[in-house]
Amino acid sequence: MKLLAPLAVIVVAFGAATVLGQGNPLPPVSGYDFLTPENQALQDDDFANPGMLWVETGATLWAEPNAAGQSCASCHADGSMQGVDARYPEWDDKLGRVINLEQRINDERQTRLGLEPLEYESEALLGLTAYIGNQSKGLPVDVKIDGAAAASFERGREFFYARRGQLDLSCASCHEQHVGDHLRAEVISQGQTNGFPIYRVLWQTMGSTHRMFAWCNEAVRAEPYPLGSQEYVDLELFERWRSLGLKVETPALRR
Amino acid sequence: MPNTRIKVPKSAKAGDVVQVRAIIQHPMENGFRVDSQGTTIPVEIITDFVCSYDGQEVFRVKLAPGISANPYFEFFLTATKTGPVDFRWQDQDGTETTATAPLEVT
Repeated sequence: MKLLAPLAVIVVAFGAATVLGQGNPLPPVSGYDFLTPENQALQDDDFANPGMLWVETGATLWAEPNAAGQSCASCHADGSMQGVDARYPEWDDKLGRVINLEQRINDERQTRLGLEPLEYESEALLGLTAYIGNQSKGLPVDVKIDGAAAASFERGREFFYARRGQLDLSCASCHEQHVGDHLRAEVISQGQTNGFPIYRVLWQTMGSTHRMFAWCNEAVRAEPYPLGSQEYVDLELFERWRSLGLKVETPALRR
Repeated sequence: MPNTRIKVPKSAKAGDVVQVRAIIQHPMENGFRVDSQGTTIPVEIITDFVCSYDGQEVFRVKLAPGISANPYFEFFLTATKTGPVDFRWQDQDGTETTATAPLEVT
């Protein structure tokens, strides 16, 4: 029995990992665990976390009526967005592709409220995404990659492992093969996306997943894709799958 | 008007030292950065932050371009009598943003 007990633990752990993210070579670790204690404390403090400013912006916009007096809040009750962020990006039958939360917000605004879509990375879209995401805080990431979303997921995986830019690095070169190592003074994280949109200290503002992707692409001296492009949505889907087993942290604080 | 968040306890006993917190959403653009075209982004900062308790100034900060975006302040004051705690942020162009919370002293 002495020998069997640890083996059983390994089997159970392996089984869980297989169910959560088949083929994910790394057990997921949140970017939170790569932060300094000071920054962790800032994220944990619901008042001082600057990301909460955007959550409040989103809450205001959520209830802001259009010309016909309708708003998001007219149909969706308070707190009804719980668990929504956790399952995005998601396949959309009507659009025939995988879309992310930002695109869902804009689609709903256009089709149901007759409003202009919000510009990617605008304060308003970041606010709404943060507001909706915050309602899933603490829930496990629950993205679906089977069925219609499978092709998108595969494209995302290819993107993640494709070398690009003048530095000829893939996402995996750092965020899979060198996790925990240093890039100058920075510890390399797994590049998990369970806390987006994030308040990034470097940017001194809120940023979406796609802004982070573009930033990383530029960092390896590759031409970034446009924010909201299908390439980035596919990557976002793959990234979210890598985060299976982690909890949503929106709005997270990152360096 | 920029987004602000303030936190003052609803009530306190006379003589209690209470914690006060305030944060404002502001870029605090330092005037030294350039955009993608090489054009200098003009300075845009908050210059003054003042907190008054029951009409009396209790806390004042002069802000400079070196201070980070979304400045956050946390300080303590002694509860003496029931009254409003007023917060005022003044922009470089004189624009004022205010917020207020009551403090009940028992």
